[in-house]
Amino acid sequence: MSITVADLERTVNSGLTTTIKKSEINFDQLFIDVDIENIISTILFLKTNEKCRFKQLIDITAVDYPEKEKRFKIVYLLLSIEKNLRIVINTYISEKFEVPSITKIFPSANWMEREVFDMYGISFKDHPDLRRILTDYGFEGYPLRKDFPLTGHTEVRYSETKKKVVSEKVKLDQEYRNFDFESPWEGTKYINKEEEKK
Amino acid sequence: MTKKTKTMNLNFGPQHPAAHGVLRLILELDGEVVEKIDPHIGLLHRGTEKLIEHKTYMQAVPYFDRLDYVAPMNQEHAFALAIEKLLKIDVPIRGQYIRVLFCEIGRILSHLLNITTQALDVGALTPSLWGFEERETLMTFYERASGSRLHANYFRAGGVHQDLPRGLTEDILKFCHTFPKIIDDLETLLTDNRIFKQRNVDIGIVTKEEALEHSFSGVMLRGSGIPWDLRKSQPYDCYKDFSFKIPIGKNGDCYDRYLCRMEEMRQSIDIIKNCINKMPLGPVKNIDGKITPPSKKDLKNSMEAVIHHFKLFSEGFRVPSGEVYTAVEAPKGEFGVYLISDGSNKPYKCKIRAPGFSHLQAMDYLMKGHMLADVPAVLGSLDLVFGEVDR
Repeated sequence: MSITVADLERTVNSGLTTTIKKSEINFDQLFIDVDIENIISTILFLKTNEKCRFKQLIDITAVDYPEKEKRFKIVYLLLSIEKNLRIVINTYISEKFEVPSITKIFPSANWMEREVFDMYGISFKDHPDLRRILTDYGFEGYPLRKDFPLTGHTEVRYSETKKKVVSEKVKLDQEYRNFDFESPWEGTKYINKEEEKK
Repeated sequence: MTKKTKTMNLNFGPQHPAAHGVLRLILELDGEVVEKIDPHIGLLHRGTEKLIEHKTYMQAVPYFDRLDYVAPMNQEHAFALAIEKLLKIDVPIRGQYIRVLFCEIGRILSHLLNITTQALDVGALTPSLWGFEERETLMTFYERASGSRLHANYFRAGGVHQDLPRGLTEDILKFCHTFPKIIDDLETLLTDNRIFKQRNVDIGIVTKEEALEHSFSGVMLRGSGIPWDLRKSQPYDCYKDFSFKIPIGKNGDCYDRYLCRMEEMRQSIDIIKNCINKMPLGPVKNIDGKITPPSKKDLKNSMEAVIHHFKLFSEGFRVPSGEVYTAVEAPKGEFGVYLISDGSNKPYKCKIRAPGFSHLQAMDYLMKGHMLADVPAVLGSLDLVFGEVDR
């Protein structure tokens, strides 16, 4: 028996009632917003409910919005093979918040959470093995945060005198240049317009 | 008196011919039995996602070639589909057919490499020599269409970069007639081969439930008997127009996965043949000048085309704000792109979901209790390419 995305939205809304803050369908996919405190119960519901059966965790990722008070958005992507449906769960957290780990529900969340930790510096509560995963041994900083420079802070090279690989501060002959090609006629926010809004 | 045993730690890689790239495994061994595996990845991490955030949508396409560099166009496909969804534009039918054609060529490229190198890991040298000859032919098809053997940069938002050169489809058809013989030859070398079977049958068994729990996709799911293929279940582009079979395994071991890949290559050949026979004429990319560059001919005659060209290659195109997740059935499994646009000409966030990442993660669970010699066999059947695992 197959159900449509609209059916799913109804099921999820009636099953989780107040935990869901917002639900919308974009491009035939259901996006829901939940509070971080309810993330475990939401995912458990979606995994076990007869009409959902989201048995596969596709990915966990984060998005950085440095200007917002709740700086990070954590995104969980789930897939139901039985019902042929996808769902995207969004939740917002502030910088220091510890996200509850879902490794007990999905063992594959282990590395995905490690990657989020590595790239954004978001820590997970009750994670069995929270280490960096993609960056180098001894790496500092969180590369995918918007305030991390594209060129990074350190670079490595083989030192002939020390006979080993050394890491030094990045030295560029030319600074990284970010050309702003955006059209001056459309899209640029003029000062007057912004002031008018205020 | 019981004998006291001590576990031994062994470093496998980062430079090991059977690791298919730069993978460091820290093995905990009890004699020859593997007790624990801790894979250390990221040795090929290039910060693709960070780089994409700093590039316009068109400039970001080549990064996708460099993920799974064995089947580059399949990755571009996921990215192109994501942008098209956000832009709400259509791809002309001929463009869709060309994409499907090259995706299937990519699938054969990837499976050929995987099957033959897996055989190499368990001791058979000849298949890789035969397989690489065919890969070379396929890569010349890539080259004739896109100008490059490996890093194609061919699929763009709205279609493909340019139309196929004259005579290419005929040559691909010719290849489709000779290639099944090569698959048969490979099968005579491997399928009933005693050593190959001893090394692969009942090794790395995955049950249905466990395959789901560990976020497996692609052949890793199908090998365990779950009939799931995004080309069928969530068809994108013109996959609806083709009928093909999805091979599934019974036991979920390395040998079943090998058989699945073999059969998938045959199915791909059928799709390619069908695709060429049915391919209509017409434009290969969306004709909206704000999204796809104008033709060389227009550039000589039309001022508007020159303006479009200039704007596209400096500013690029703007994508309306929104978020979307698109996935394609890449040869290795579900390859997905989670794209967030803030309405500017650069992606705000582009998360790449690589199938190999979750497959490698399950290494510890797959290998527990197996012998050291099975490590290369299981690694081979996971079909890993570190370009995509490390990103």
